[in-house]
Amino acid sequence: MTDASRPAGYGPALDLVTRVRGVRGAMLVSGDDGLVVAEQLMEGIKGVAVAALAASLASRLRRAMEAAGLGASLFWHLQCDQGSLLVVPAPSGVLIVAVAEPDVNVGLVRLELLRAAEAVG
Amino acid sequence: MPDEIKTLSSQLAQDPDSLVFLRLGEMLRQKGQFDAAHRVALTGLERHPHLADAHDLYARILADKRDYERAFDEWDMTLRIAPNHIGALKGLAFLYFKVGDVGQAVAHLEAARQHAPDDPGVAQALALAQGGGGPGGAPDAARAAAAAAEELAPAAPAAAPLEEARVFAGLEGAQEGLLLLDAKGQVLGGALKDPRGRDVTDAVAAYLAGVSHEAARTTKLLGLGRWSGVAAEGKLGHIHLTPPGGDAVLLVVRDRSVPMGRLAIIAQRAAAAARRWLELDR
Repeated sequence: MTDASRPAGYGPALDLVTRVRGVRGAMLVSGDDGLVVAEQLMEGIKGVAVAALAASLASRLRRAMEAAGLGASLFWHLQCDQGSLLVVPAPSGVLIVAVAEPDVNVGLVRLELLRAAEAVG
Repeated sequence: MPDEIKTLSSQLAQDPDSLVFLRLGEMLRQKGQFDAAHRVALTGLERHPHLADAHDLYARILADKRDYERAFDEWDMTLRIAPNHIGALKGLAFLYFKVGDVGQAVAHLEAARQHAPDDPGVAQALALAQGGGGPGGAPDAARAAAAAAEELAPAAPAAAPLEEARVFAGLEGAQEGLLLLDAKGQVLGGALKDPRGRDVTDAVAAYLAGVSHEAARTTKLLGLGRWSGVAAEGKLGHIHLTPPGGDAVLLVVRDRSVPMGRLAIIAQRAAAAARRWLELDR
């Protein structure tokens, strides 16, 4: 895994997520502009682009859920044939993003993402 | 209605020669189960080939499936058996309006009015068709013919639920928690209400416009194959998005009492209904 963009203090939050078996990487993304704040990704994952798209999807979902009267989005999960993207927004607006294998324990990743969001604040 | 369908099905199974297939076929048709209605009508026709109502039922199902050529043949056959059959006269008028032959359409409606002067559908369609002869010229005539055709359509609101409602006919939450959208955020079916009961269909649809493309792009970028759904948890409820086919997106919304796993099952059922509906609509 690469951790080039890993400001001090965010590492432990990302570690919570990446230590789960089946997680291929984790990122902290600014929800407002889709920029990478910190990342621990496996080689080959285009973090910058994924961050931008994840932030855009998060924004659409947040607005749709608020319009539907469901309140703020707490967790979302993009399910695909060969894996998943799992996201939890932290109170500060930073998104904690995990990229995972198809057979990952989604419940466990969700819990760790929520813990990471709490740590990030 | 599901109970009645079950009862009629069992009556038909006990007595395959019974005319109960007419009611059963019509009920399945109104529920949007066109393939099942088609099978029932065809089996009935095999046993009662000279029954005008059986041909009329079959024609309506064919018209629902937009197989207008065969629907025409069946209504034509109905009239050969029963020359004053109101359903067939209206059906043929509908098809003539569809192809723009207003003269033939009006002639069939006039014949229908002679035999059923109190039929509101016939009177309304005639009024609409005659409304096109004004100074506005051809565009007005075309609009009037289209309006008259709509009035006569076999799945008219008086006879069946609205087209939109039929996408999710029989599914729980069809009118407050299920929404089918195209890629531009236009509503194809269903409706959405917030926890206070206010209609939020259009607002939610607008925010979800393009979500299918975005999910597909993200998935491609990550090399994750095809996206099959997005499950999201909110403070007061959950949503599930599914791509039922093409660029369409199906949204299922439930309150927090429905666990995410169950929501996924509900979404799968609704996606199957949406897929059938989208295929019929093509």
